[in-house]
Amino acid sequence: MESIILQLLNGLDKGSAYALIALGLTLIFGTLGVVNFAHGALFMMGAFIAVTLNMVFGISFEVEDPTRTDFLGNVMMVDTPYVVHWFGEGVGNFLIDWSVPMAVVIAIPIMALIGVVMERGLIRFFYKRPHADQILVTFGLAIVLQEIIKAFYGANPIPTPAPEAFVGSFDVGQLLGFDPFAIMYPYWRLVYFFFAALIIGLVFAFLQFTTFGMVVRAGMADRETVGLLGIDIDRRFVLMFALAAVVAGLAGVMYAPILSPNYHIGMDFLVLSFVVVVVGGMGSLPGAVAAGFLLGILQSFASMSWIIELIPGINQVVIYLVAIVILLTRPRGLMGRKGVMEE
Amino acid sequence: MSFSKVSRRGVMKTGAATGVALAAPTLFTSAVWADGHTGFTNAPGEGSVTLGFNVPQTGAYADEGADELRAYELAVQHLNGEGDGGMLNTFSERNLDGTGILGRRVEFVTGDTQTNSDAARASARSMIERDGAIMITGGSSSGVAVAVQGLCQDAGVIFMAGLTHANDTTGKDRRANGFRHFFNTEMTGRALAPILEGLYGNERKAYHLTADYNWGWSQERSIRAYTEGLGWETVNNVLTPVGAGDFSSYLTPVANSGADVLVLNHYGGDMVNSLTQAVQFGLRDLQANGLNFEIVVPLFSRLMAQGAGSAIANIHGSTNWHWSLSDEGSQAFTRSFGTAYGFPPSQAAHTCYVQTLLYADAVQRAGSFNPCAVVEALEGFEFDGLGNGPTLYRAEDHQCFKDVLVVRGKENPDNEYDLLEIVEVTPRDAVTYAVDHPDFVEGQLGTCNPGA
Repeated sequence: MESIILQLLNGLDKGSAYALIALGLTLIFGTLGVVNFAHGALFMMGAFIAVTLNMVFGISFEVEDPTRTDFLGNVMMVDTPYVVHWFGEGVGNFLIDWSVPMAVVIAIPIMALIGVVMERGLIRFFYKRPHADQILVTFGLAIVLQEIIKAFYGANPIPTPAPEAFVGSFDVGQLLGFDPFAIMYPYWRLVYFFFAALIIGLVFAFLQFTTFGMVVRAGMADRETVGLLGIDIDRRFVLMFALAAVVAGLAGVMYAPILSPNYHIGMDFLVLSFVVVVVGGMGSLPGAVAAGFLLGILQSFASMSWIIELIPGINQVVIYLVAIVILLTRPRGLMGRKGVMEE
Repeated sequence: MSFSKVSRRGVMKTGAATGVALAAPTLFTSAVWADGHTGFTNAPGEGSVTLGFNVPQTGAYADEGADELRAYELAVQHLNGEGDGGMLNTFSERNLDGTGILGRRVEFVTGDTQTNSDAARASARSMIERDGAIMITGGSSSGVAVAVQGLCQDAGVIFMAGLTHANDTTGKDRRANGFRHFFNTEMTGRALAPILEGLYGNERKAYHLTADYNWGWSQERSIRAYTEGLGWETVNNVLTPVGAGDFSSYLTPVANSGADVLVLNHYGGDMVNSLTQAVQFGLRDLQANGLNFEIVVPLFSRLMAQGAGSAIANIHGSTNWHWSLSDEGSQAFTRSFGTAYGFPPSQAAHTCYVQTLLYADAVQRAGSFNPCAVVEALEGFEFDGLGNGPTLYRAEDHQCFKDVLVVRGKENPDNEYDLLEIVEVTPRDAVTYAVDHPDFVEGQLGTCNPGA
């Protein structure tokens, strides 16, 4: 039982990352009709906002420590971060320690700007072009963004720790009446799950309960009619692209402590998220979220040792098998509707 | 601006085609290996000789690759008489005097293996065919080493393996043109088992997470054999894809598996992630079977320790070499490298530097760049002064035999490089295995191939 609850928690935590990325991907599908292969790069850029803020707070000057020697036997040079020097130990160390949550705040305007620039500067020129062109240009854009990040930050993963308060594991088991230490789950992964749930809730509330959201939903259903009503749907769709970029970026920022970001992290998630969107039903926001969690949970359970023993390699292909089964039985995906994204 | 309609089928077809096209390995159609008039592949002219450094610059082992490249550049400088000479001054042989190799200035070209066998073969082939490399060296993965070694054998150039730890490289996949200085998983098992017995006793239950390629399988096989020899039980072995990133779903079943030791047969970025995540999941705070839960990382490196941060405290593993060794050769290399780059070298850097010097010395002693002459010079070669004590390049399998280090992650490191402490230097005799060891007996060196 303990292992099932652990795998379930793990699936929810994995699924929350898939769901956040797939949500943004679907927003762009649904509004602009573009298959955005650069969406993973937006996740990656979010993660690197966290890395950058952590690095900025960590910028240091060197001070000689005559009592110690380095590996060559020379006097040890000790790094002192400027923020510690300027604001004192307490504030300085707090800034460094809490850089990831602070990155969430600065990521919102930065990612929105990146989204707008990406859409206005490149993607809008491809709305009338064939799908292959759209895929190639967004894929190309993803590679360019990756290489820019690689040029600045190198190819290696950069550890970006969560605040000290969230290091370690929470005894979920005790809450549920199990023995101590039976179900331990890392604090930050639990934080990630709740954060993802909050973001997903906010996006849905925004689309459901605001006039702006209503117009966008109408535009997704029938763009032409909304246009005939005199509403400038394009302008709203640009903002939706920015919103999708923000969602992907925030998913990336918060993921940085879970998996040290490198330039390739977005591409690793993109393929999975693409499958999530197709399984959920193209253009269906609830479908994307449901499929994200579903596939996360399935992937987690497929990694259980007795399942791998039973079907070797299942952990690596389960998502694609599920995609095949769902597309065969429900060709529009779990929640895809007739007429959406179909010729 | 009109609404662009996308068909699901169209998108999937185009996406699949794009993916296949982008992922396909580079294919080389040219098969011209050499100038037939010179007797062997890529015979150098009078002025210079070109070496090919094939290292992972991207992928899960990119950290090691970057350090390997630094070491190669340093070796080239020293061979050409620049810098402080490093290990040239401590090497038991005195054939290298800073005038290049056989009087030719050493030049080099580099390739990115991408920690991927196809990419590594393509870059090695390009360096041999296009750049005229006479010797290929490098790599941080056994999958890559075996693939490139095979290619070099067919091409008629020498392959001086970089960091490759699977038994196969000098076991079933050994080749006459290939040589390995680095130790292997059999040696790790022999060195680590007595230490694990002393620390954790004879009644342990081990759970293995294993990188799913030839090195991981080899590592798991060796550690399983030696720990089961101690009386340990292997509860489970789960294969994990290389570069998995998030190992959480493989780690969550461990706590309730009945195991009290987790063996991470991972390396590079994978080990950094799996170890960090294992600690995040609270495994080190667990009590299982009335014992403290322990984690073992059979192949440890300082670079990985740096990536994993505080998670390495009190974790044991083996390593080929460490910069804190006090012998003259190790200190000379650490000084050269540290002065040039500002931090100490890794074990990957050390083995690559040594391999370059060993190749250069072999050519010098043979008086020829002909691969068959080099093979003859290296087979059965005994040397000292390059770290690890007296070392033998065994003729039968082209494997170096030398001391192996067992290390532990420091609890309170003095600085960001002082992360591992040496627990034991296992002497060469204790890690030497018979030529007909069952895990190695399948391989055949064959005959050397000079190409051309």
